[in-house]
Amino acid sequence: MKLILKNGFVYDPINGINGERMDICIQDGKIVEDVENGRIIDCSGKLIMPGGVEIHSHIAGGKVNTGRIMRPEDHIKNVFPKTGVTRAANGYSTPSTFLTGYLYSKLGYTCAFTAAMPPLMARHTHEELHDIPMLDKGALTLMGNNWFVMRYLKRGDVELAAAFAAWLLRAAKGYAIKVVNPGGGEAWGWGRDVRSLDDPVPHFDITPREIISGLVKVNEMLSLPHSIHLHANNLGRVGNYVTTLETMELADGAKPARERQTVQLTHVQFHSYGGDSWRTFASEAESIAKAVNSKDNVIVDIGQVVFGDTTTMTADGPMEYYLSSLTGLKWSNRNIELETSPGVTPFIYSKHSPVSSVQWAVGLELALHIKDPFNVLLTTDHPNGAPFFKYPTIIAWLMSAKYREETMKEVHRAAQRNTTLATIDREYDFYEIATVTRAGQAKSLGLEEKGHLGPGADADVAVYDINPEEVDPGRDYRLIEEKFARTSYTIKSGEVLVKDGEIVRVVNGRTLYVDAQVDESLERELMRDLDYYFKRFYSVNLANYPVQEVYLTNPTPIKVETGVR
Amino acid sequence: MKEIVLVPREQPDYGLIAECISCDVFAGRSLEEIENLPVYYGNRRGKLADFFDVSGEVAGRAEEQRIIIDGNVTKTRWIGRGMSAGEIVVRGSADMYVGAWMSGGRIVVEGDAGAFSGMQMRGGELHIIGNAGDYLGCSYRGEWRGMSGGRIVVDGNAGAEVGQNLNGGVIFVRGCVGTFAGVRMKKGLLVAGSAIDRVGAQMVGGTIVVLGKVERLLPSFDFKGEVENPAAGDEKFAGRFRKYTGDHAERNAKGVLYVGDHG
Repeated sequence: MKLILKNGFVYDPINGINGERMDICIQDGKIVEDVENGRIIDCSGKLIMPGGVEIHSHIAGGKVNTGRIMRPEDHIKNVFPKTGVTRAANGYSTPSTFLTGYLYSKLGYTCAFTAAMPPLMARHTHEELHDIPMLDKGALTLMGNNWFVMRYLKRGDVELAAAFAAWLLRAAKGYAIKVVNPGGGEAWGWGRDVRSLDDPVPHFDITPREIISGLVKVNEMLSLPHSIHLHANNLGRVGNYVTTLETMELADGAKPARERQTVQLTHVQFHSYGGDSWRTFASEAESIAKAVNSKDNVIVDIGQVVFGDTTTMTADGPMEYYLSSLTGLKWSNRNIELETSPGVTPFIYSKHSPVSSVQWAVGLELALHIKDPFNVLLTTDHPNGAPFFKYPTIIAWLMSAKYREETMKEVHRAAQRNTTLATIDREYDFYEIATVTRAGQAKSLGLEEKGHLGPGADADVAVYDINPEEVDPGRDYRLIEEKFARTSYTIKSGEVLVKDGEIVRVVNGRTLYVDAQVDESLERELMRDLDYYFKRFYSVNLANYPVQEVYLTNPTPIKVETGVR
Repeated sequence: MKEIVLVPREQPDYGLIAECISCDVFAGRSLEEIENLPVYYGNRRGKLADFFDVSGEVAGRAEEQRIIIDGNVTKTRWIGRGMSAGEIVVRGSADMYVGAWMSGGRIVVEGDAGAFSGMQMRGGELHIIGNAGDYLGCSYRGEWRGMSGGRIVVDGNAGAEVGQNLNGGVIFVRGCVGTFAGVRMKKGLLVAGSAIDRVGAQMVGGTIVVLGKVERLLPSFDFKGEVENPAAGDEKFAGRFRKYTGDHAERNAKGVLYVGDHG
């Protein structure tokens, strides 16, 4: 299939293209220099960006499904009948797998990573990913409370920990190392939590500090495409910014093996709180932003809050318990054997609530105080801050100080009093929006063929019906919100999937996973240990644990030479 | 008021999803448009005229619209879904979800109504002259914010879990209510002629008045003595009642239960 996207305004930050009017040529699913006799799509007066890349979104796995089971009242809010190409689908904060694919595609996204996959639930997670159409996808794999990781790191055996991490990514068909409330998940098994980087984990006698710096080392030894993806300790607690700042220091523990950060702190909005009680709850986004600005090995994604009813779900079990005890709403909790302990509970972000209003401001403050947009990625930590299809609203807030001012008038005055948002007049331009929604994600994930439109890149393109020469986003924020919600065209691997905001074709994307190999003798030592511990502690047999490729749509291993021995 | 009459023809063997039967939807449309409104049954889509003969006059606004369903529609669901004004009269029995999410206007069912009638009502009036099914005036599955306003009157009996998660408004059942009436109730008033068991389980607020007998009371209710002519909201109840508070299996429960029959 040959395509020429003619005469659009192109925003491609990785290649430094800032709104130039040019043609994008596509052949055999890739971007090429030139193409003969291609089908021409007229994009004059339209805005062209690479396909969006989602770096952190709970779209598949045990928690997501638990959320769906717990919240039938959420399904009925958003119901779509089947069309000639799409299936019947429903769900608002917990959309069905199919709906997840359709909605991302309408926003111009072509690739998404599910945020937290417990390896023991990997088969289930991949079965759900299998049913998410329209997107290339991958899974961040939970390791921060894993018994093997904690044991190996405690005894200082970083090589064996690296061999284990490599094996686990292969077994779970995962893409990167995800760390959630390191040590806290295990402590939760004993009804406890860790509240600082130096609180020891019961029975393992290791501290969150040691787990994080150990996994940073492991990640760089293995030279994985993505850095470690870290959900820090003390999420959502008053005054937690101190822990967050301390955690950032741990990024210096190893030199990056690739051109990227060594730590991505995720949904950092939930980790930037000052004050000493809910009454004095305030933003410390400026301190966090200052730290990010001064470091070159830490990036963040914001985890923006949008007002409304949503479902929170995380592998941070103690946090979900704490949250449900504040709201009194229904709550689900699970223990994933040697790996993690996730929880799920609904939450309502209300404009009348001082805490929600400050949370809303904190996310935007972070995005606006952090100077380099490659260091601050747009997420809502779907569905924790808001469902992902609220991105257009956040884009409009980032592009318009006036819109922020309008919203500020509607929310509790704590947002004015306890944050700096009202004092910021920075407005993002389209180039920066393209960075925080696709280029930055692709760079952080080490996806060389995504997030840009240079020759050789995947032909994943989003065309929006916005003429940057005519539209003033600062004033026409409603238009920005509306147009970013429905692409004129979403093209994935050279195929038109969405036209004028309607899905015209449904495809299955690729599933990306990392295939990192370590030295054979190290691998043998690891397998002996695993064999012994699986028999003693796991409910499944070691041989039944790895996920076979047959569960993946278009399995795409990414080979990594590690040199670990 | 202008009247539209829907005369039911043959009903399908399974549920007919007809949420278009609402004064808000009918008002301002032509008869032909109304005949072509979508209905769903099984996995198929049809139009209203496939199941009803439509005649009468259309009003410009919902407030001035009356819809008469002239006969039994025991397979038709979601009549008056989300209606905000106007009147619907069913001259027979209806299936599930009559008046669900209704916020105003009036619905009268002259026969029986199926389960989930008046679900999560916010306002208006639902009058069922026959019996109501289970989950009368309840919340949608999984939802913890139940009916919040309006008034439901049932002249006959009602099934299990009447007023589950009740959060406001009034439910009045002249006959007997099934098990778990007023379960997880937070606010509002539930009145029943008599009740069987587990009345007010997990209630934390609001008032339940049982005029007659409760067969088995939950042990987690405290007896607070006898009272004369108690009042709840705008309603007064004549006679002597035994007053209980509960459900003390819940933290800080402030629910009140009056039972009229002394036997």
